[in-house]
Amino acid sequence: MKFSENWLREWVNPNVTTDELVAQVTLAGLEVDEVEAAAGVFTGVVVGEILAAEQHPNADKLQVCTVSDGTEQFQVVCGAPNARPGIKIPFAKIGAVLGGDFKIKKAKLRQVESFGMLCSASELEISDDNDGIMELAADAPVGADIREYLNLNDSIIDVDLTPNRADCLSIAGLAREVGVINKVDLTPVTITEQTVSIDDSFPIRVDATEGCPRYLGRVIKGVNVKAETPLWMVEKLRRSGIRSIDPIVDITNYVMIELGQPMHAFDLNNLSGSIVVRMAEEGEKLLLLDGQEIALRADTMVIADEQKPLAMAGIMGGEHSGVNDQTQTIFLESAFFAPLALAGKARSYGLHTDSSHRFERGVDATLAPKAIERATQLILEIAGGEVGPVNEVVTEANLPKANQVTLRRKKLDQYLATSLDKDLVTDILTRLDLEMVEVTDEQWVTVAPSHRFDIEIEADLIEEVARIYGYDNLPSSMPTAAVNFTPASESKTPIQSLRATLVSQGYQEAVTYSFIDPVMSKQFFPAIDPVPLENPISGDMGVMRPSLLPGLVKVYLHNQNRQQSRVRIFETGSRFVGDVNKLDELDQKHQVAGLIAGSRYPEGWYHNNEKVDFYDLKAHVEALFALNQGPKPEFERADEEYLHPGRSAYVLVNGERVGVIGELHPQLAKQLGTNQAVYVFEVDLNTVLGAKLPEYQRVSKFPEVRRDLALLVDRATPVNELEKVIADNAGEAFQKVAVFDVYQGQGIDESKKSVALGLTWQHPSHTLSDEEVNSAVESVTAALAEKLGAVIRG
Amino acid sequence: MENLNQILADALAAVAASDNEAGLDEVRVQYLGKKGALTSLLKQLGNVAPEDRPKFGQLVNEAKQQVQEKMNERKTALAAAALNAKLATETIDISLSGKGQEIGGLHPVTRTMERIENFFRGIGFDVASGPEIEDDYHNFEALNIPAHHPARAMQDTFYFNPNTVLRTHTSPVQVRTMENNQPPIRIICPGRVYRSDSDQTHTPMFHQVEGLLIDENISFADLKGILQQFLNVFFEDDLKVRFRPSYFPFTEPSIEVDIMRTNSKGEESWLEVLGCGMVHPKVLEMSGIDPEKYTGFAFGMGVERFAMLRYKVDDLRMFFENDLRFLTQFK
Repeated sequence: MKFSENWLREWVNPNVTTDELVAQVTLAGLEVDEVEAAAGVFTGVVVGEILAAEQHPNADKLQVCTVSDGTEQFQVVCGAPNARPGIKIPFAKIGAVLGGDFKIKKAKLRQVESFGMLCSASELEISDDNDGIMELAADAPVGADIREYLNLNDSIIDVDLTPNRADCLSIAGLAREVGVINKVDLTPVTITEQTVSIDDSFPIRVDATEGCPRYLGRVIKGVNVKAETPLWMVEKLRRSGIRSIDPIVDITNYVMIELGQPMHAFDLNNLSGSIVVRMAEEGEKLLLLDGQEIALRADTMVIADEQKPLAMAGIMGGEHSGVNDQTQTIFLESAFFAPLALAGKARSYGLHTDSSHRFERGVDATLAPKAIERATQLILEIAGGEVGPVNEVVTEANLPKANQVTLRRKKLDQYLATSLDKDLVTDILTRLDLEMVEVTDEQWVTVAPSHRFDIEIEADLIEEVARIYGYDNLPSSMPTAAVNFTPASESKTPIQSLRATLVSQGYQEAVTYSFIDPVMSKQFFPAIDPVPLENPISGDMGVMRPSLLPGLVKVYLHNQNRQQSRVRIFETGSRFVGDVNKLDELDQKHQVAGLIAGSRYPEGWYHNNEKVDFYDLKAHVEALFALNQGPKPEFERADEEYLHPGRSAYVLVNGERVGVIGELHPQLAKQLGTNQAVYVFEVDLNTVLGAKLPEYQRVSKFPEVRRDLALLVDRATPVNELEKVIADNAGEAFQKVAVFDVYQGQGIDESKKSVALGLTWQHPSHTLSDEEVNSAVESVTAALAEKLGAVIRG
Repeated sequence: MENLNQILADALAAVAASDNEAGLDEVRVQYLGKKGALTSLLKQLGNVAPEDRPKFGQLVNEAKQQVQEKMNERKTALAAAALNAKLATETIDISLSGKGQEIGGLHPVTRTMERIENFFRGIGFDVASGPEIEDDYHNFEALNIPAHHPARAMQDTFYFNPNTVLRTHTSPVQVRTMENNQPPIRIICPGRVYRSDSDQTHTPMFHQVEGLLIDENISFADLKGILQQFLNVFFEDDLKVRFRPSYFPFTEPSIEVDIMRTNSKGEESWLEVLGCGMVHPKVLEMSGIDPEKYTGFAFGMGVERFAMLRYKVDDLRMFFENDLRFLTQFK
């Protein structure tokens, strides 16, 4: 909420500077967003009057004006089209200094001398209005300093009020708060019951008594809607961010800002029969003030007459029932609408108004009668008229009840870790207008004032005491609660280790959005229907990612297009697969995914820029599993649209698929615009973080024996099948097998490949004899020949 | 006798003059070999008067020994020189770069999150996590934010259907923890959160670390103490901090924490970095914790904001562009 500091000071005027005031309210929980001057820094500008305006002899768009400052007359050349005799305007005399240190000097414009300048509102930094010179009221005193005349030595303070402090959405409310902080009394406006001069009234019927527990209305006859809103009101409204429209609307807005009561005025001629406050009929049409036609829903409360809806209660008036320039008799509304009846309603129609903002958060339910008198008083002063009696329809049972809330000494002390003096607490609560029902050493029994409907429970009172006492004045300590450290489990690898492993392989971590382009999702996973957002930020962030890979590929492309040809990136995070309408079954598993492309090593002097391949990536994935003896992964040829069919694999643990690894399908890669092969992996994070507690095995003292085998097998035979057969047939002393060469090509049958393997044996309790090893080798070669048709070479 | 001295002198000169192992070996053969000059002297022992024989024998042996020693010394010196000469030819350019992978690095958000986690782990907090697609109950209702509460407008929410949202904060993890555990509870909940807002200073996804401590007798003073400590430790600075009343539906009292920043011109200003408060009794109650017996506090912070302050990043959106030229600055 924006407000004028001067206006606030009319209500409460503590001896503090603007800066101090701003700091005070901020530390009381009313956070000030911005403070701006009501006008720019300028001097020497007075109210001037244009006495004559004649065409400039040498310029079509200029006029030569004669301007009076009340004592002297000046010739001023002016380019504003609205410069004309009889109007009063801000006149910057010779010697005036405007914003930006712009000094006004005697000048010659197209051979005509000019002594000063006529100013627009934007030149004085009062508003952005640069549409000609600023026209002042007809009664503006010629010669008066404009700063004083317009009360421009003022600050506009924008306070960002939290939803619980609806009581401060008015000058009156802010003044209460400032008064409490400074222990200063308020000087509120005097509101008196206006004398009723006519009997005219209009019947009111409230059907929606729950949503509208109180409705007041009054007829005012013979108002002059063409009267001019006084400058002081226009300026106060402007500094509250509200434009002047006509005196009646201005006054209802003024009372809303001043007291916090949103009001509305109808043109009585457009009402038929009676005012009816009711729920809308489904689909009922209403043309709103802002020109849009709304189809109402049945959950929306309206102000209607006997034929048609007139306004959305507490939100916005209708186009056809409001005050217009022909209006003579008005029906003035001042009501209390229950917050629950309005909560979320404006927003559901895409609306948000000053009125709905207040009613949703809550308006003091006792305020409406005061506000209608205040508005009547102002209407009489400004637009005249004859006043009819106030009609009030109240459903007492539905009005909010005053909350009795008890604050216990024990709880207060425990919450704040200190014991504030009893009188101090009583004083704070009393200053906040809380009624003290009972005060003892053990407790304060209080009743909250009608404007503090947010105070409901003990914790609210604790907050009030703490807030006014000052959060920064309260003690600070470290908690002394017993500490139960959860031991770090060794059955799980910390994710930090996993990240560190990838980082040491040259990977850079990326963080990509969890929502991706549905088109990209389909390109990668035609068979998966990704989880769609109902209200995405944009179409290309429309679905939740079923995998981290599209995001990483996008990152790759971003960098490729910025001359980064060697890329190693990884990401951890959730993927989303399944039916979002069955939330319990939705797969939101955490994944770790990576992507590599480009040269194996950073460009250097010692190698030949060889590119990475499948086996580089496989080593990285295997390293992750090997961390802390994680589960042993197996690899099975994959069948995925987005992966190269010959260079991709599923990662399996205990026979279950937990991930993929492979080269991005060359066709997809081409579509996406990659300029080299891209390798990716994605693995279930929880699985890969599995770990085993190491268990010591005695180290054999006896020598190791190694025998190398060179085998000729079918090209299609996976080497790991050889390894399995070897492991199964090499006897109990067998330790490991290493593949040290694979060859296919010249010198070998085209359908075959040669595989060289080194086998190692070691016995825990004796030195192996040649016979033992030979016999193991024999059984291995026999089994290889029988099961895989392997032939020993040479 | 003169003969012996002459031979010895010749032999030592020959040793000194040899400049390689082969030459040295020739000298050995020439003087110490079976037919060598010194060895031959011993063979002439018969020509010496019997009473002089022991003396003569001893002198010859001493001469032999002396030559042998000098020869050994010379041999060692030659070998060392040869090795040095060989090593000299093997000299490399030590200014060339090392071989192998360059180290990668963590994303600044992760780095910041780990830093925050480390502080709280150190004082006994556990790390908890939960789903990012949440139901309305855990994201809003259980946090005292009923439907149509004005606070819902404070957080622009991504919806999947009226009952399912992308979590707008990590608070639902706190709710789930409270539902399943009785106090004492000490957790932090780091993770991704989402709000449908995108401009210079907002990204539709960002990261939070929220914390929750519930026990008997937890007070506002504890909250102030821990958070002040945390900020000092995180920024490695004795920061000026202020606690300012605010409003969150799930805490009462609610607080925002500002730190004092000084810009390059030396101007000071407050900057909000944390939201926190004493857990609202209704929130405790809804999750099955007795608010009469237990009190607690909760806090939450935006990780990106901390990362920006810590590493002087001035554009929030850089975090999600994943440009390697940006990322590699945080190795």
